[in-house]
Amino acid sequence: MKHALVLTLCLAASPALANRVFVTNEKGNDVTVIDSETMEVIGSYPAGNRPRGITISPDGKELYVCASDDDLVRVFNPETMEETHTLPSGPDPELFVLHPSGNPLYIANEDDNLVTVVDTQTHKVLAEIPVGVEPEGMGVSPDGKYVINTSETTNMAHFIDTESFEIVANVLVDSRPRFAQYNDAGTKLYVTSEIGGTVSVIDPATQQITTKIGFDIPGVLPEAIQPVGARVTADGKTVFVALGPANRVAVIDGETDEVIDYLLVGQRVWQLGFSPDQKYLFTTNGNSNDVSVIDVAAREVIKSIPVGQQPWGVVVAPN
Amino acid sequence: MFQRIIILLAGLAGFALPAVAQQAAEPVLIRSAVLRVDNPGLPPISRLELPTEDLGFAGARLAIEDNDTTGRFMGQDFEAVEVVATPETAAAELDKLIGEGIQFVVVLADDPVTLALADQAGDRALILNALARGDNLRGADCRFNTVHVAPSHAMIADGLAQFLVWKQWQNWFLIKGSHPQDEDLAQAFQRAAIKFGARIVEERVFEDTGGARRTDSGHVQVQKQMPVFTQRAPEHDVVIAADEADIFAAYLPYQTWDPRPVAGSSGLVPRSWHPAMEAWGATQFQNRFEKLAGRQMREADYQAWLALRIIGEAATRQQSADPAVLKDFILSPDFDVAGFKGQKLTVRDWDHQLRQPILLTTGLLMASVSPQEQFLHQTSALDTLGIDRPETECSF
Repeated sequence: MKHALVLTLCLAASPALANRVFVTNEKGNDVTVIDSETMEVIGSYPAGNRPRGITISPDGKELYVCASDDDLVRVFNPETMEETHTLPSGPDPELFVLHPSGNPLYIANEDDNLVTVVDTQTHKVLAEIPVGVEPEGMGVSPDGKYVINTSETTNMAHFIDTESFEIVANVLVDSRPRFAQYNDAGTKLYVTSEIGGTVSVIDPATQQITTKIGFDIPGVLPEAIQPVGARVTADGKTVFVALGPANRVAVIDGETDEVIDYLLVGQRVWQLGFSPDQKYLFTTNGNSNDVSVIDVAAREVIKSIPVGQQPWGVVVAPN
Repeated sequence: MFQRIIILLAGLAGFALPAVAQQAAEPVLIRSAVLRVDNPGLPPISRLELPTEDLGFAGARLAIEDNDTTGRFMGQDFEAVEVVATPETAAAELDKLIGEGIQFVVVLADDPVTLALADQAGDRALILNALARGDNLRGADCRFNTVHVAPSHAMIADGLAQFLVWKQWQNWFLIKGSHPQDEDLAQAFQRAAIKFGARIVEERVFEDTGGARRTDSGHVQVQKQMPVFTQRAPEHDVVIAADEADIFAAYLPYQTWDPRPVAGSSGLVPRSWHPAMEAWGATQFQNRFEKLAGRQMREADYQAWLALRIIGEAATRQQSADPAVLKDFILSPDFDVAGFKGQKLTVRDWDHQLRQPILLTTGLLMASVSPQEQFLHQTSALDTLGIDRPETECSF
């Protein structure tokens, strides 16, 4: 009865559902939590040493943080931000991706040229898969059959079969591939290359690069354009790419692969995270220590929110 | 039960590699050598800079590990033979390496020895200069068979000059050593001052008269001598030391007559690498090196690593082990390599110098990186550092 009342009040007050936005601060060793409705900081909570990659279980009950200098993944209760347990990750975990079902977790071990597969239920390591030098980006196909790892010094996107844990294809891309992101239909795989300054669009069926997207921003040195994080809207029509020290997020037409716009955000923009309704996109800006909020439909930056020291990764709770 | 499945890379050979050529069962070997030519001489002023047995080689070993990891996906295997020589034995060692069929030689030597080895190699091998900074090697004495991975004196001087001019510290008191390499660096600072609008108010020579260096109570002498030596200079913003021979510069900070900062060969030092550098993913690179070598990475290690990564990158991109193919590609405008400097590094076609940002470092940190963004260039901001195309004295 009491619960129902509270729920009604909440709904009346806010048609948009409030979600918690979690931001890892690489130098601050904590996670800043933001309320996606008020866009205010709720608090910041210790998250281990050098927290970088961050993700949340599909049911919203477990928050995973790569504590890179602790060589493990810390798991938090997203409501209380209390650490519930840790997961073995292999050395220097940087980025990871959850299987669409929520289990297992695929972790890139940057210092050891491995991808570690961890069961989120049993907390056991299921496999260690040798990949190229400095594995970083981790993407998963919507059907969960393939995990993509990018290796920054080898300059490849490795296609890993999630059943056999074996590499089935390697695609050579431009220098320092940082991130791999499928569209929801599974028809396109976007791989960003930080030093190459491009995004390779890969056809997952043939594992061939179909297009290389370049960027050109008036008044910005080409060297400063360093694509890192990428996100695709659910309809596959719009792709957002963080351009690092160019301080812009590129907006790309997901059908034509053409750049439509550049949105000015904070300094050294790294990673991106949608709100569950995809109304908002949150960006982590490592040098200005803030998060920019993009109105996805309007393609406008509507707010910047100060967070901790050197914000790195961002994820929004699904509920 | 803690169960682990280690998937061996050997198993990969059978799988389809659509974007990458199908491998033969036996990987092709790409051979190179690292030839370090040690000069007998005094130890450095600071014991923190004592040479190590594996100086340069440790960087090379990391590069071979990196190249091999990628090579496993490409069916390529890399090797670097390590050779230590003296200036007298270097030519014979080089001949021996070339005689074994090695066509890529990373050379860690001073200016004259590097030039002599380039001439000795001729068209038999590509020399990758990973130490010598002399501007003549990129100018009047340039050689087509040499790629300069180490930055030149002109580049490090320009990198520092840009920062000092940005600071509006335009009046420089230049103190140079009495060795030929000091003179080369001093000339680079003179050139940089003209190029960026600074002024050298006085140039003074610190004569190397031998002396006790790191003896007991040596600091007492330094504390008395350096203020006197730097006395009565015209008004200046900063002291610039040109001391490649490592005779006096380290003694300058806090010992100058006038309270002025020191830059150049000590104080704020322009260089290719620093073990505290953490930007652009360098942290994991430093970690990997330290795990392998058990010490911090020095410039010679970084430059040797980068030289061998150039070969590895060319082999990956060309999917070839043919030295001629790799050489052509490295010297072509299509080539670039990543070196933890936040942008792609490319080879200048007019003198085969590798374009690269210059780190400006204090003892514990990287204070800044040049090029400074205020200095513009019509083709590449990196070409604001060093000798640009219109002013080169090199003709191949």
